[in-house]
Amino acid sequence: MGILDKHKAIETHATLLMVLSLLVVTIGGIVQIVPLFYLENTIEKVEGVRPYTPLELAGKQIYLREGCYGCYGHYSLAAESMYDRPFQWGSKRTGPDLARVGGRYSDEWHQDHFENAKSVVPESVMPPYGFLADNVIDGKYIQDLVSTHALVGVPYTEDMVNNALADFKAQVDPLGDFDGLEARYGEDAFGTPINVRNFDGQPELTEMDALIAYIQVLGTMVDFSTYTPVANR
Amino acid sequence: MWDYLKLIGLGLVAVCAAIAANYAHDLAYQVNAITVMLAAGLAFLWVLRTAGDPKVTNQAEYFDGVIRAGAIATAFWGVVGFLVGVVIATQLAFPQLNFEWAQGYLNFGRLRPLHTSAVIFAFGGNALIMSSFYIVQRTSAARLFGGSLGWFVFWGWQLVIVLAATGYVLGATQAKEYAEPVWYVDILITVVWVAFLVAFMGTLFKRKEPHIYVANWFLLSMILTVAMLHLVNNAAIPVSIFGSAQVQLYAGVQDAMVQWWYGHNAVGFFLTAGFLGMMYYFVPKQAERPVFSYKLSIIHFWALIFLYIWAGPHHLHYTALPDWASTLGMVFSVILWMPSWGGMINGLMTLSGAWDKLRTDPIIRMMVVSIGFYGMSTFEGPMMSIKAVNSLSHYTDWTIGHVHSGALGWNGMITFGVLYYLVPRLWNREGLYSLKLVSWHFWLATIGIVLYASAMWVTGIMEGLMWREVDANGFLVNAFADTVAAKFPMYVVRALGGGLFLAGAIIMCWNLWMTVRAQPARETKHAFVPAE
Repeated sequence: MGILDKHKAIETHATLLMVLSLLVVTIGGIVQIVPLFYLENTIEKVEGVRPYTPLELAGKQIYLREGCYGCYGHYSLAAESMYDRPFQWGSKRTGPDLARVGGRYSDEWHQDHFENAKSVVPESVMPPYGFLADNVIDGKYIQDLVSTHALVGVPYTEDMVNNALADFKAQVDPLGDFDGLEARYGEDAFGTPINVRNFDGQPELTEMDALIAYIQVLGTMVDFSTYTPVANR
Repeated sequence: MWDYLKLIGLGLVAVCAAIAANYAHDLAYQVNAITVMLAAGLAFLWVLRTAGDPKVTNQAEYFDGVIRAGAIATAFWGVVGFLVGVVIATQLAFPQLNFEWAQGYLNFGRLRPLHTSAVIFAFGGNALIMSSFYIVQRTSAARLFGGSLGWFVFWGWQLVIVLAATGYVLGATQAKEYAEPVWYVDILITVVWVAFLVAFMGTLFKRKEPHIYVANWFLLSMILTVAMLHLVNNAAIPVSIFGSAQVQLYAGVQDAMVQWWYGHNAVGFFLTAGFLGMMYYFVPKQAERPVFSYKLSIIHFWALIFLYIWAGPHHLHYTALPDWASTLGMVFSVILWMPSWGGMINGLMTLSGAWDKLRTDPIIRMMVVSIGFYGMSTFEGPMMSIKAVNSLSHYTDWTIGHVHSGALGWNGMITFGVLYYLVPRLWNREGLYSLKLVSWHFWLATIGIVLYASAMWVTGIMEGLMWREVDANGFLVNAFADTVAAKFPMYVVRALGGGLFLAGAIIMCWNLWMTVRAQPARETKHAFVPAE
């Protein structure tokens, strides 16, 4: 056991013990994390994935705030998650997977579901979220949120950042002028039109509008009729 | 002079917090800022009242005041964390307990991080800090380094807990599992943790024993690794310095990898390496036997800390994480079984020659069962990390059961054993108030864990099978809602198991309280007594 006798040198020197421990625990992370930032096939090339509109982004913040990620997740492509900070794949499915939920149910269904989930899914154990429809939001800090996302690398253009508040309000007003929003995020830019409607069915712009706008866009950016998955990356 | 600097610093913090509260963008930030203001104000008054008092500390004595406070905090946060756990378990069985009137604050989604943070960081964290301070002083035969630095670590950690907990309920979270505290709480955690490292390393530097005892290797690697994980995983840019929102530096697949590199090693280092440090000191002490094998402890220490850090990707099987990464995670998780069992063997075999104590000493029984649960969950974990098994277990309640057999069985039981060991010694009492109550605690907790784990095995495997069941034409047989309905009876059993575990912890608190209050005092020993 000659080699183990040499351990005396480590266990009698606190600094050596500290430095060696730190070296040993850094290796795994370096090997597993660093390549993901530069291997080109980590994120597959697909058409259509765009940054969230300001309203959808606000909805995602509400999804995070309420801890929805504790019960749900999105079984998505790497490309579909590339603007998700933090990622939303989830670790538990107390509720069903939400990766393709966008457009599957009507806005009214979601309103009922948030108000009282059992009214549309009798077996559901989801808590009530009716209060979201009472929380009116004015988008006061939405531009800060969008510009911080731009700062860390989400490809929001200067135009998108500067018009964040206007776009935020335009998306719930189908009778108003949403040409700018559509031009920045919609069909011509990314291939899919923006959902512009009154998501919560109320005159005010509420947290319910934002959250339903976010839910309704999930999984709708990529055209899966033309997408071929690569088996092994 | 030092007191004046402290007063200026605390005054500045209080004023800045007041300004921050005034400009707050959201309610959680405002309440957090007011909390910081009050905490700094109270600390200011305390320093002012005691400024100029002659500081008499016997440098030849151990610094045990902070450890007594740590023991109280550990027991208190334990009960809080278990209670919130029972509440959310009951909410899953009976969703009407997500009350209409409290829906913006006390829904399952907001309470779940409160439960996980309370048990891991409040209960587990206080247990680790308290034990580290106790162990490093005894095994170094030296007083804790840094004067009142220990008190800064203790009170700083309590402030972290209060800020995080109130933040979750009021809607401040960065929504990363087990790393929910927002950016300014993360900064406070960093400061407190560095102070913890300085106090611990400083004590090692002035030790009178030439050898650093094995428990300290584990505790030191825990402190270092948790610092590294915390800094990397929480890298984010605040949206505003007056708000709780932030945007993560990583996105999507890279964020997933970083998050589970962090998440799995919060288990691997916070809840395993650190608690192994506790095992390596307190089990030999209580059994009055030396550690089974010195050589095994060297091999399993280095193997454990090297291998654990690779295991994270097994949380991301069958996702958009590239296959090479998830396969690496699986392979290392399976290898990790060996050093994990090395620790179990070293702990259990320490009792060779003293197995009869299992009959007479309920504290040893608690420690032995905790090592048994450690062995069981470190076998179950590698098994679940195999992709074929994981395709069934992932996203189900099986994972929840696995975590709890580790957390309740291993972390909970060893901590209870340590508290029973420490409280009579820290308060100089002639033994515990009642060994019979320790036995009650032992059986309530053990039966509670067994109910919990078996309920989660049944419901987890059941829902996994139901999700994948297809008919002859390849169509799914069950709607998702069918699986939710089928889990109900097991959710009731799980809540019952959690309730028993909580009841045991409350009995422990009563027993420890009566030990301090009613037991006769013991003669105090002032001189350093080297441990090993």
